[in-house]
Amino acid sequence: LRIAELQRSELRSRLAKTGLSIPCGPFCVRVRTGLAGLAEEFGRLYADFPILDADTYVDFEVRLRAPNLLRRFVRAQVTLDCDGRIPFKPLPMAQAFPMLEWGLNWVISSHAQDHLVIHAAVVEREGRCLILAADPGSGKSTLCAALVLRGWRLLSDELALVDLASGLVRPIVRPISLKNASIDVVRSLSPEACVGKVCPDTAKGDIAHMRPPADSVRAMSQPARPALLVFPKYTAGAALLSAPQGRAHALGELTRHAFNFAVLAGEGFDALANLVEQVRAHRIEYASFDQLMPEIDRLWAQAT
Amino acid sequence: MNTAVRAHLLVDTLREPERARAYGIRDWETLVWQSRAAELMAQLHAALDGADALGAAPPAARRHLELAGSVAAKHALAVKCELREIQEALEPLGIPVLLLKGAAYCALGHPASRGRLFNDIDLLVPRQALPEAEKRLLWAGWLPAHTNAYDDRYYREWMHEIPPMEHKHRATVLDVHHTILPPTSGIRPDPRQFFDAALPLTGEFSFFSVLGHTDMVIHSACHLFFGEFHKGLRDLHDLHRLLSDFAADSKFWSALTDRAAHLGLSLPVLDALTQCQRLYRTAVPVETLQALRQVQTSPFPRALREWMFEHALRPVHGSAFGPSTGLAHRMVFVRSHWLRMPLPLLAYHLSHKALFAD
Repeated sequence: LRIAELQRSELRSRLAKTGLSIPCGPFCVRVRTGLAGLAEEFGRLYADFPILDADTYVDFEVRLRAPNLLRRFVRAQVTLDCDGRIPFKPLPMAQAFPMLEWGLNWVISSHAQDHLVIHAAVVEREGRCLILAADPGSGKSTLCAALVLRGWRLLSDELALVDLASGLVRPIVRPISLKNASIDVVRSLSPEACVGKVCPDTAKGDIAHMRPPADSVRAMSQPARPALLVFPKYTAGAALLSAPQGRAHALGELTRHAFNFAVLAGEGFDALANLVEQVRAHRIEYASFDQLMPEIDRLWAQAT
Repeated sequence: MNTAVRAHLLVDTLREPERARAYGIRDWETLVWQSRAAELMAQLHAALDGADALGAAPPAARRHLELAGSVAAKHALAVKCELREIQEALEPLGIPVLLLKGAAYCALGHPASRGRLFNDIDLLVPRQALPEAEKRLLWAGWLPAHTNAYDDRYYREWMHEIPPMEHKHRATVLDVHHTILPPTSGIRPDPRQFFDAALPLTGEFSFFSVLGHTDMVIHSACHLFFGEFHKGLRDLHDLHRLLSDFAADSKFWSALTDRAAHLGLSLPVLDALTQCQRLYRTAVPVETLQALRQVQTSPFPRALREWMFEHALRPVHGSAFGPSTGLAHRMVFVRSHWLRMPLPLLAYHLSHKALFAD
C-alpha cells in the first residue's frame, strides 16, 4: 500500500492515531501527528512511499505536536519528539514540514553508526553514484534536483550513507529541500517538478520541498558504488572552473563534511580513505546549469 | 499497538537478561527505546550478550544494541586519549588530580564502566591549585564553554566546580571540581579528607587517583540524589555495579555507614542503597540500612518520597510513563534546587533564569 492510495481523511486519522510507518534510509520510522496541515503536506510529498506493515520493527517514532495547549492556538508552535527526546527548540507551526525533515535527518545522522554519514547529495546512474559534497549555500540541493529532473536516480539530497562494510552508498530517498531562489529555479526546470508549499522565514530562509521521483522511491533499497566526487560551488556570474582534486585534498575536505567521523574513529578514517580511493574527485565552480551539465557528463564518462 | 505502561521493562531485563528470550517484537522495540532514553543501551547489550540472549532479538533490535556496544568501546578509547592529554597539561603542577565518576570507572577498568557513555570528564583538584590548573588546561586548548557573566558567577561563587571547559578542536568537556558537593547545600566537608583517602591508580594512568571506595559510593549517591535524576537509572546502575564489587571486602559496609555519618551524608546513601535494592536487587545487609536510618531521616513523608523516586527513576520514555510521572519529575526538579541552595539564593537564581535565560 502506498501513501497516495489512502483517502485524505484516512491519512489524517492514521497519522493522528497509530502513526504511519515508512522506510527512511536504513530505518523504519513511525510518523505520528495530529496536525492537519502537516498531514496534507506529508501526503503530497511522500505520496509514492510504501506504508510498512504493522508487524514491521519500528526503529524510531517521531511525533510532531504543539508544545502545549496555549501554543496550539496563540502564536502556534510545533515541537518534534523522537522517542522522548526533543532535539530542537519549538518552531512556528507553519514550519511543521521542514521540522519533520530536519528531525528525520537528525534521526539518521545521529544513529546510523554502521555507516559513515557525510553531508552530501548523491545521485545514481547505471549502478554507480555521483557524490556532491559542499557547505550549505553552495547549491548542492538545487544541483541535485536538477540532475534528478534530468533522469538521474535520487539517493539523497542531504546525507551520503557509506556502508562501513561494503563501501556502497545507501539511498535515503526523501523530499529534496530547496531554499530561497532555488525554489523557482527548480520549478522552471521541468513541468514534472512537484514542489510543495513554500515556508517563508525559516532559519534557512524560504524553504520548499520537491517530491522525489516515483522511480527513485521504488529503487530505495538499491545501493550504488561511488564513481565520482564533486565539490560544487555556485557563484553568480562566474566562469566555469573545473579542477581535479588530489586524494589527500578530497579526504581532508570530506572529514569536514562527515557527521560521525569522531564517533567512528579508525573505522571512519578507513571508510573515508576507501571512498576517495574509489572515485575521481573534482572541484567545480559554476554560474549556470548550461555550463555545468556538459562538464558533469564529461567527467562522468571519464569516471565510469 | 501495545500502549500499556512498561515502567520496569528495562530494569527487569538488565537484572534478568534471560527473560528477553521470550520477548516479542513490540517488547524489543520498547526495550531498545527505553534503553536509549536511559543511556543504558550498551550496558543492556553487554547484559544480553552475557546471557546469550542476543540471538533472540529481531535483527533490527540487535543492530541497535550492537552499534551501542561498539560506540561505547570506541568511546572508552577516546576517553583514555583525553586522559593522556590532561596528564600532559597538569603533570608539571605536581598536584594530586582525582578522576570522578565515569572517567574514574573507565581508567580503573571497573565493571561500572562497561558500556558507559559520558559527555564530560570530571576532575577533582585542590582548591588552592585551581587557578593554575585552569590556566594550564586553557593553554592546552580547553576554553571556557559559552558562559555569560551570570553563569560564571553561578559556578565560581556557588558551585563546587568552575564553569565547564571545552576543547577547541576535539570538543571534549572537562568539569574541574574543588570539592564533591556544592558549598551552598550547607554540607561542606573538608576536601582534604577525600585526597587523603584517595587511591592512586596503577599502570598506564598512575598519574591520576580516584576516590576511596566509600567516598566513591557516597559521591555517586550524592550526585544522583541531590540532582535532577536526568540519568537516574544509569547512575543507579553504576552504583549497583560499584556496590556489588566493593561488597567483596567484608569491612566495606560498616566503613560506608561510618564515613557517611562522619560526612553528614547518611540520607543520600540510604536513598541510594534502598533504590539499588528495589530496582537492581543489590545485596545490601539489613544492618547497614538500619544503621543509616538511625543517623538521618528525611522530614518528608516516606510514602511521598517513595512515590517520587519510583517515577523519577523510570526511563525517560513515554512507554514507561504513567499519568503522574510528569508531576513527579517537576517535584524532583524543585527538590534538587532546594537541596542545593538556601532559599533566598534559590529564589534569586530561579527568578534570574526565568527572566533572563534564553
